[in-house]
Amino acid sequence: MSRVRVLVLRAPGSNCDYETAFAFEQAGASTSLVHIGELVRRERNLNDFQIVAIPGGFTYGDDLGAGKILANEIRFRLGQDVPRFVESGRLVLGICNGFQALVKAGILPSPRVGQQRMSVTYNDSGRFECRWVHLRVNRDSPCLFTEGIERLYLPVAHGEGKVVAAPEVLSGMRKVLYYVDELGNRAGYPYNPNGSVDDVAGVCDDSGRVFGLMPHPERSVRGSQQPHWTQGATEGFGEGFRLFANAVKWARGL
Amino acid sequence: MYRVEVCLKKHLTDARGEGLTRDIQDLGIGKVSSIRVVDIYWLDGDLEPGDLDLVCRELLADPIIQDYWCGEALELGRGVHAVRVTYNAGVTDPVEQSIVKAVADLGIISLRAVKTGKCYVIEGALDAQSLETITRRVLVNPTVEHVVEDEITTLLDKPGYQLELRHVELLETDEGSLCRLAQEFGFSGDELTAITSYFRGENRNPTDVELETLAQTWSEHCCHKTFKGRIKLAHSEIDNLLESTIVKATRELDRAWCLSVFEDNAGVIDFDGSWAVCFKVETHNHPSAIEPYGGAATGIGGVVRDILGTGLAAKPILNTDVFCFAPPDLPYDRLPPGVLHPRSVLKGVRAGVADYGNRLGIPTANGSIRFDERYLANPLVFCGSVGIMPKQCALRGHHKSGELVVLVGGRTGRDGIHGVTFASGKLTQRSTELSYSAVQIGDPIVEKKMIDALIRARDERLFSRITDCGGGGLSSAVGEMAADTGVRVHLDKVPLKYSGLSYDEIWISEAQERMVLAVPQECFDRLLKLFACEDVEATVIGEFTDSQALELFYQGTLVCNLDMRFLHRGRPQLQLEAFWEPVVRPGEINEMPSDLGEMLLSILGSWNVCSKEWVIRQYDYEVQGTSVLKPLVGKENDGPSDAAIIKPLQDSKAGLIVANGINQRYGDIDPYWMAASAIDEALRQVVAVGGSLERVALLDNFCWGDVSEPQSLGALVRACEACRDMSLAYGTPFISGKDSLNNEVQIGGKSVSVPHTLLVSSLAVMEDVAGTVSMDFKRVGDLVYLLGRTYRELGGSEYFATLGLMAGCVPVVRPPESKKLMATLSRAMASGIVTACHDLSEGGLGVAVAEMAIAGRVGATIRLDRVPLGEGVDRDDLVLFSESNGRFLVTIALASRDKFERAMGEASFALIGRVTTLGRLIIHGLQGKKVVDRSIEELRTVWQEPLRW
Repeated sequence: MSRVRVLVLRAPGSNCDYETAFAFEQAGASTSLVHIGELVRRERNLNDFQIVAIPGGFTYGDDLGAGKILANEIRFRLGQDVPRFVESGRLVLGICNGFQALVKAGILPSPRVGQQRMSVTYNDSGRFECRWVHLRVNRDSPCLFTEGIERLYLPVAHGEGKVVAAPEVLSGMRKVLYYVDELGNRAGYPYNPNGSVDDVAGVCDDSGRVFGLMPHPERSVRGSQQPHWTQGATEGFGEGFRLFANAVKWARGL
Repeated sequence: MYRVEVCLKKHLTDARGEGLTRDIQDLGIGKVSSIRVVDIYWLDGDLEPGDLDLVCRELLADPIIQDYWCGEALELGRGVHAVRVTYNAGVTDPVEQSIVKAVADLGIISLRAVKTGKCYVIEGALDAQSLETITRRVLVNPTVEHVVEDEITTLLDKPGYQLELRHVELLETDEGSLCRLAQEFGFSGDELTAITSYFRGENRNPTDVELETLAQTWSEHCCHKTFKGRIKLAHSEIDNLLESTIVKATRELDRAWCLSVFEDNAGVIDFDGSWAVCFKVETHNHPSAIEPYGGAATGIGGVVRDILGTGLAAKPILNTDVFCFAPPDLPYDRLPPGVLHPRSVLKGVRAGVADYGNRLGIPTANGSIRFDERYLANPLVFCGSVGIMPKQCALRGHHKSGELVVLVGGRTGRDGIHGVTFASGKLTQRSTELSYSAVQIGDPIVEKKMIDALIRARDERLFSRITDCGGGGLSSAVGEMAADTGVRVHLDKVPLKYSGLSYDEIWISEAQERMVLAVPQECFDRLLKLFACEDVEATVIGEFTDSQALELFYQGTLVCNLDMRFLHRGRPQLQLEAFWEPVVRPGEINEMPSDLGEMLLSILGSWNVCSKEWVIRQYDYEVQGTSVLKPLVGKENDGPSDAAIIKPLQDSKAGLIVANGINQRYGDIDPYWMAASAIDEALRQVVAVGGSLERVALLDNFCWGDVSEPQSLGALVRACEACRDMSLAYGTPFISGKDSLNNEVQIGGKSVSVPHTLLVSSLAVMEDVAGTVSMDFKRVGDLVYLLGRTYRELGGSEYFATLGLMAGCVPVVRPPESKKLMATLSRAMASGIVTACHDLSEGGLGVAVAEMAIAGRVGATIRLDRVPLGEGVDRDDLVLFSESNGRFLVTIALASRDKFERAMGEASFALIGRVTTLGRLIIHGLQGKKVVDRSIEELRTVWQEPLRW
């Protein structure tokens, strides 16, 4: 059986590309780091892959809003490539800046609509913040990345992570992850580090195959990345690894 | 010409505006009720009506959260003020490039130019004067920005440039003109004489660019002439201070794992036999004093390029930042004219480092902040970076005659002209007016793209040598690369940000994000293709020769022809005088305070000791996924880690430890012991987190006052001697360093010097990161041991500073004792029995035990009568707050007691207490009485409060 192939999409200012690729490789996939320019110039083809991952970073400096320029490049230069990729039953993961880009390109919360329905903007604190957050997985979400997972402890590192949407969009949105406290309760800042509406930290589409989240699972792949490992609390893999393992497992069936 | 304004929808929180509102309230102008920030875009081009709408709707404004309008003025109600601000001409605004690119993505090609700005809509009853104060102190930094008074009508002011070669009269001129010339270019009398005689031999006058080149190459910043000078002391003479102390020790130690020391842009050591790591720390003080944001950002950008420019290019993997500021609570009425408030400096520097470092995707995992009033007008900003590369790329490359000079990265503008001569001189009250062109705003994404492209090009071996364009711009970079060969450069080939630059401006511009490569002809096409794929410019600007000459051309005209031998070896050695004698301090110390708990709280809440979490969290310390020991540790991730550990390779267990030592107050008493203490601290921290002294490399960063003062230079000599002695004693070589001298400011006719400050940074290789130990108390019932002896050493301590006392003995270093203890502790830790370890530094035992308890959210009870003491430590406060070097606080499980005590053997150590469930820190004094009994929550609050902004 051939290995699952993952395209990790790079753009000027991407910076979590290596660790995202590594996480997928740990889960058994083979990965290619592909520059957005190579897709625009049609030198590479999305359809050679089962999973597209858009990693974190500050694409184009996050000028004009985080992920905005990459989002427009995806919309206007790649046209229907990404929606068709999703339509064909494959997987898309957006982490942090990748999530921001998916939202602003109108791929989340639903790739079929083709225009922006929600946004991700400046943290209420007005500050970039790097901290570990507790997350609760919504059991009712169709997200296949989080299958079998109830709780996660992952780092966030962003200045623009606050999810915003009109009430009617919010009510129909497939929420996957919520910011919670140690006990699993919703608890405000700093547990919700950015002021996201409804404490939303991650969202997927109706199919559960397109998933975007602000926290960084690729920074939680080995046990000694977890903050409390020196207390003897964690061994082996980090908690975020399971998201990648789920995705690769699912994509094997494609 | 169109003006588009974009604003958050009314119902959303404007976090940027709220931050500014708080800043204004800090100023004591409490009448501002709110600020909203409106982004302004001026678009120049003949856009179709539909196109403008498309640009606004799909690009400039986010439809979910923002509103936009074109052209019309804002409707301002009563008590609402609008201030429009934009960058000064010539200041690079990275957003402009992004917009041009993104507009093209929309299929619109008629946009010619863009400019951005901000409109601050301020609500509140303000008179003209308060509005002016707010504008000046919070909204605008005139160094780079101005208030827009009139409508902007064009962005396309493109001045032309006609070559006009300028010669400077040198051979037939009078004494007065020579003096003025020396002053203008920053030459000493000896230097100008050497230059005159060179040109007399050439039988011609120099061109301006030839003198500029000599000025840059011979500046303190570029060639460290003080350190290389001849220094006369009372009974001896030093020929080249650096060579005869720090470098000499490294040569004597002669460690095989030191691959490249004191010769490249960074020092390089062997990591694991296949990979090499390099480390460099730079200072960026003067620019940060007048434009903290841009100054600090370009400091990061610069040191990262040092790493890229080491060997055949290393990949940056960790940043470290150390700042020295005046206390942020300084009353505004004590602020001298022309000086930025320390709070603004701190906020700006922090933001600059974070915005630039975060965008580069390099974790900022280590650092420190020191406070001292003497840093008021001259803050210190140390930016450090660690890189990794295949071991076969560790050494500086060699190019051949005929290879191409290739400039890559960003374009050249008037940024940073004369930055080097600015950095080498003193700051004056007028610095903020005069030096606008010396300060730059960086574009981190250009640098990030360049990093990505260069590492790929390195792996394909497409260039034979690389160096960064830093201080002195092309002049230094190309001039140094070709020092042993020769080079021909065509200045008109250099890609410019805007037209109108003269040939000499192109040559000395310090525009950011540029590197110079030597590329064999046959590799250039492949290199160009690779760089194009990464969207980075690469341009051939000349070729290396074997002429031993620096030849510069502009449109075919020779504008500079200097002999490389004269340029690099013709500078007369600086002759200096130095002496040092101790500044006598009164021996008397304070009475013992009645409440030591209260005193502990004061020290925990002092600027130097208090938690720096607010700063640390705004750095991305997790990016690259390499973190093993984070800067914040413990139960709630808020304890202060002694050092950072990363695991740079995914397939290797080996780690890197990065730590630093700094304490300028000890230098007030004796710079020798300041330097020795900084080294001991930087090593202690390595050991405290589970490392050993086996493979530790050190960096020095000297920030000194005016070294033309013999006493000040004498202090420098003493500090260097300590570096030599400690380096030899501990077996830890220095591999690189940097000095920033003349950190003096003229205020109201008086010269104010920074305290002599030495930062020592350490980089250690750890065989297996599984041996990592963090500083938080882990388990109730664990035993608390104090290792190392406590002496009556409180001179320069945080305790005495809190009391306003300058007295007592400075902490000394006892290398035989300390080194043995460190080795013993390393072995004990390797056996896995140590559950927590924290080194004792500012605030001594009292602060260390409190920090460990806070981090673990558990209590502790300790007894001072158990502490191993030196002579005359006869009071509880002295035991608790002495800052003797070479001490650690560790915990072990009760069951490991025998094993641990056996492992410690003959070392000075004692069981002094236990970790408890009580949630209180209880300290029993020498007489057995309870002298401190405070809740951990109280300690935590006091410790976290000051810098929680």
